[in-house]
Amino acid sequence: MSTNFKRPDGRKVNELRPIRAKVGIIPNADGSAMFATGNTIAIAAVYGPKKMHPQHLQNSEKGTLRFTYNMNSFSVSDRIKPGQNRRAIEISKISGWALEPVVDLKKFPNEVIDVYVNIIQADAGTRCAGINAASMALAHAGIPMSDLVVSISVGKLDKTIVVDLDKAEEDFEEGEGPTDIPVSLTSKGKITHIQLDGKINSEQLKEAIKAAKEAGKEIYEIQKKALKNVGEEIKYG
Amino acid sequence: MTEERQLVVPGEVIIKSDDVLPGENTRKENGEIIALRYGLSEVSDNIAKVIPVSGVYQARRGNVVIGEIVGLTSAGWLVDVGVAENAFLSIMEVPRYVDKNALQEVFDIGDAIIAKIWNMGGRGIDLSVKLRGFGKLYEGMIFGVNPNKIPRIIGKEGSMINLIKDATGCNISVGQNGLIWIKGDTLDKELFAKKAILYVEENATKEGLTDNVTKWLSENKQ
Repeated sequence: MSTNFKRPDGRKVNELRPIRAKVGIIPNADGSAMFATGNTIAIAAVYGPKKMHPQHLQNSEKGTLRFTYNMNSFSVSDRIKPGQNRRAIEISKISGWALEPVVDLKKFPNEVIDVYVNIIQADAGTRCAGINAASMALAHAGIPMSDLVVSISVGKLDKTIVVDLDKAEEDFEEGEGPTDIPVSLTSKGKITHIQLDGKINSEQLKEAIKAAKEAGKEIYEIQKKALKNVGEEIKYG
Repeated sequence: MTEERQLVVPGEVIIKSDDVLPGENTRKENGEIIALRYGLSEVSDNIAKVIPVSGVYQARRGNVVIGEIVGLTSAGWLVDVGVAENAFLSIMEVPRYVDKNALQEVFDIGDAIIAKIWNMGGRGIDLSVKLRGFGKLYEGMIFGVNPNKIPRIIGKEGSMINLIKDATGCNISVGQNGLIWIKGDTLDKELFAKKAILYVEENATKEGLTDNVTKWLSENKQ
């Protein structure tokens, strides 16, 4: 890994954007959290477990985790049309799957846990910020979980592996171009979700996952600190 | 062996010991006791457990709950006690004669009742008002608190709630689902009792709570 690679905003290759995290931001919800990396801000609210309606969606074997990802119309510089679109539906599914392995849903047959994630400001890495916020909100809601989930996007700019891409880096055009790999893992380093957008060889993918695990540890500490200080904003970097 | 209570997050190691057994909301893995829920960890008598501090009310058999009648059927009443399951009060569980064609004469839709969960089956919760002190709640006010703070509001064998009852002269019933019913002679007394309970809720995790509440009651008494 070349360390003299210059990132557009002058960060080191393994340096995260400044992070802010706060738990307990929505009094009406059973659990809530905010997670911000750089200019990306995500807020998450958890409701339930509550009875699943309509009834035909009920699962008598185990509960359901219903994740709704939404980007606010004002979150980007060109106003986006409000409401669910193809991308939002896909990210909702993916994020739900990223969290499901740690949530003990067997305790809630016929019930649903609703997770609403709103992106109020977007600057790349919104799904990762959303998963980080949702993970804290689920814990805050008292849902039985085996672990917390941290999420981080690693990328390859030309030939260099970097963590936590921002929008300028996602649009990087030189050399081999940008590759974006959002990864979600538990605090023990087990991967619950990985996506790949772009091209990368297997050697570099291993390197990227290693970088994600390193960065994940930092995010986990922030999540833990935020949960232990409900109502306080935790700043990092 | 008793350790100080600590706020833990899911997946966090509470204690590393081969002698300690995992209790409620914990799991043992490679000799480490791991929290499965966000809450306060406690290790006593070689058992580690996590006491929840947040989350919705989870019904349990034997709990006393306050609910609202939301439906009538031929066999009893449907009750909303703030849980996902259906709560049902059968006419067999009412200690008086009930005319099956006029259930509303006993409890009508919108009435508040205090009941006990006597059974929990696959189909939902079964309530009972057979014992003394249960049944319809007349007048007074009902308000909600965090259901996880209810044990502190009741206190050891009802010590805290009795303290508030004596100081305010109000009749108070606490439902474990987080609803509290207060009935006093005047509205001022009821509001004072409500304030006292909210004070307990706010300071539930602090040490020496009973002394603080005694002090608070004497300071704020009109």
